[in-house]
Amino acid sequence: MTRGRKNRAADGLDRFNRIRPETNVLFSALFILLALSTVLPVVFVLMISVSSEASIARNGYSFFPAELSLDAYAYLWTSRDYIGRAFLNSVGITLAGTVLGLILTSTLGYALSRPNYRLRRVYTVMLLVPMLFSGGLVATYMINTQVYHLKNTYLSLILPGACSSFHVVVMRTFFQTTVPDSIIESGKIDGARQFRIFTRLVLPLSLPVLATIGLFLTFGYWNAWYGAMLYLDSNHRELYPLQYVLISIEKNIAFMARNEEHFMGDTMRSIPSETVRMAIVMVVVLPIACSYPFFQRYFVSGLTIGAVKG
Amino acid sequence: MRDHRQNGISASAPPRRKRRARFSRDDAELTLLSLPTVLWFIAFCYVPLFGIVFAFKNYKVKAGKGFLYSLFVHSRWVGLKNFEFLFRSPDLASIIRNTLGYNLIFLLIGVTLPVGLAVMMAELRSKRLARACQTAVFLPYFLSWVVISYFVFAFLSTDRGLLNSLIQAFGGTRVLWYQEKGPWPALLILINTWKTFGYSMVVYLAAITGIDRSLYESAVIDGATKWQQTRWITLPMLRSIVAIMLILNAGHLFSTDFGLFYQVPRDSSSLIDVTQTMDVYVYKALMQNNNYNYSSAVSLLQSTAGCLMMLGANRVVRRIDPESGLF
Repeated sequence: MTRGRKNRAADGLDRFNRIRPETNVLFSALFILLALSTVLPVVFVLMISVSSEASIARNGYSFFPAELSLDAYAYLWTSRDYIGRAFLNSVGITLAGTVLGLILTSTLGYALSRPNYRLRRVYTVMLLVPMLFSGGLVATYMINTQVYHLKNTYLSLILPGACSSFHVVVMRTFFQTTVPDSIIESGKIDGARQFRIFTRLVLPLSLPVLATIGLFLTFGYWNAWYGAMLYLDSNHRELYPLQYVLISIEKNIAFMARNEEHFMGDTMRSIPSETVRMAIVMVVVLPIACSYPFFQRYFVSGLTIGAVKG
Repeated sequence: MRDHRQNGISASAPPRRKRRARFSRDDAELTLLSLPTVLWFIAFCYVPLFGIVFAFKNYKVKAGKGFLYSLFVHSRWVGLKNFEFLFRSPDLASIIRNTLGYNLIFLLIGVTLPVGLAVMMAELRSKRLARACQTAVFLPYFLSWVVISYFVFAFLSTDRGLLNSLIQAFGGTRVLWYQEKGPWPALLILINTWKTFGYSMVVYLAAITGIDRSLYESAVIDGATKWQQTRWITLPMLRSIVAIMLILNAGHLFSTDFGLFYQVPRDSSSLIDVTQTMDVYVYKALMQNNNYNYSSAVSLLQSTAGCLMMLGANRVVRRIDPESGLF
C-alpha cells in the first residue's frame, strides 16, 4: 500500500522532470535510426535471398527487387543432403554442447560454492590461471589434433568450448547468493548424499542461472565457426556445420577467382549462386532473430552478474 | 548461519580445523561430482600450456614416431632464435600497430558511445519505443562474424553491392572495395561499433535504472535541470562500472576479434596492411604456411603481454574499488 502511494508520488514528480518535447522527438528519431541500422541489413539480405537471379543480374542487390522468386530456397531443399545435413550438424552440436557445458559448469560451480569444501582454494586457482594465460593457438591446435586426435570429428567442435572459467564463476556466485544454506543443511540431516542434494534440491532452485548459461552456450555453439576452420578438412563435408558451409563457399570462390583458367563452366556452376548463399545466411540468422527477443533479459542478467560480482 | 558462511576460511575455528585435517565424506562426494570438469580443465587448459615449448624449438616431424617424440626429442632447442627472427621481420611493426591501434580506438568508442546513448535512452518519454529500440540494437550481438561478413558483402560487392549501385546512380564510378585499403580502417571501426554498441548500451542502461530514484527527486526539488542531473548524478553513479569495463577491456588490448579482421575483409591480400592483427598473423602462419615456430612465438608474446595487462588492470580496479577486482 505504502509502496503504491510512493510510486504515484514519484510519477507526479517525474512529470515535471522530463526532457522537453523537442528533445524527445530528436532522441526518438535518433534511436529509430539506430534501430533501423541494425535491423535493415537483415532485411536486405532477406530481400536478396528472395530476388530472382535475373533481377539481381540487371539491378544488383536491392531492397525492392524487380522480381521475387523462391528459387534459392527450392535449391536448398534439393541439395538437402548437404545443406540439410549441415543444418542438422549445427543443431546436434549446439544441443550436445549445451547439455555437456551445463553439466560441467554446474557441478564445478556447486562444489566451489560450498564454503567448507577442502579443495576450494585449489579449484579457485585452477579457474584463475586459464583466465590469465593460455598456451596459444599452435599449442592448442597441436595437442587437440596430435594427442587427442580430434581432427575431423564432431568432438573437436563440441569439447573445447564446453566450459569456461567465466561461466563457472557466474554459476558459483548464483549458488552462493541465491540457494539458501538451510536447504542444503536440511538435505544433509535427511541423510542425502551431495549428489542427491545437488540434483534434487539445488538444481531445481537454479533454473534462472541454468537458463542464462544455457543460452550463452546455445548461441555460442550455433554461431561457432573457428573450430570448424581449424579442425575440419575439405574432404569431410559431412561434418560441416552451417556457419562453416558459408566459409567454405567463400573459400572456393576465392580459390577459383585466383586460378580462373583451370576452371571451366561445370565447376563454376557447382558454386551456389548469390541468392542461394544469402538464403543459407537466412537459415542461420532467422532462428536467432526470432528467438533472441524472448531471451534477451537472461543475457543482461548474466552479463551483469559476471561483470559486477565476478 | 549466513555470516558464518560469508566469513569463509578466515573464520575457521578450532573445531573446524580438526575436521579439515582429513578429507571428509562431503569433500569426497564433491570431488567426485566435480571430477569431470576438473579433467576438462586439465585436458583443454593445462595440457596445452606445455605447447609453449614450440616457441623455443625448431619443430620437425620425425616420420613414424609420435608427435610428442617429434616435439620433445627430435626437434632442436633454438633458444630465443624464433623471437630474434620475428623482431627482425618488417611485419611485426605493422601487426603491433594494427593490434594496439584498433583496440585503443574500440576502447574509446566502446565506452563513450554506449554510455551516452544509454543516458539518452533512459530519458525517452515512450517506454515502449525505448524497449523496442533496445531489442533491435541488441540483434548484432547475436550474429557471428561469418554472417556479418555476408551482410557487409551485400553492401560492398563490386558489381552487385548497394554502395556501388548508389555511387553509380549519382554518376560516380564503381569502387573495388575489397582492393582499396584506404577506407578499411574506418569501415572496420564502423562495423565493430555496429556489432557491439547495442549490447554495451543495454548493460549501462540496466545500471542507470538501478540508480536510486530519490536522488533525482531531491535534485528536481532543488531545481536541477536535466543536464545538471545527468552531470552530477547519473554519470558519477556510473563511474565505477565504466571504470571496471574500461580496465577489463584494457586487459584484452593484445587480443583482437579474428572474425572481424579475417572474415569481414574476406582475407583480401590487398588489405593486409590494415587488417593484419596478431590473431590473424598467428592463424595464417599456422594454417596457411605451417610455420609453427613463428606462430607460437607470436602467440607466446601475445599471451604474456595479455597476462601482464590483466594483472595490471586488476590491480588498478582493486585500487578504485576493492570489491570489484576480478581476483
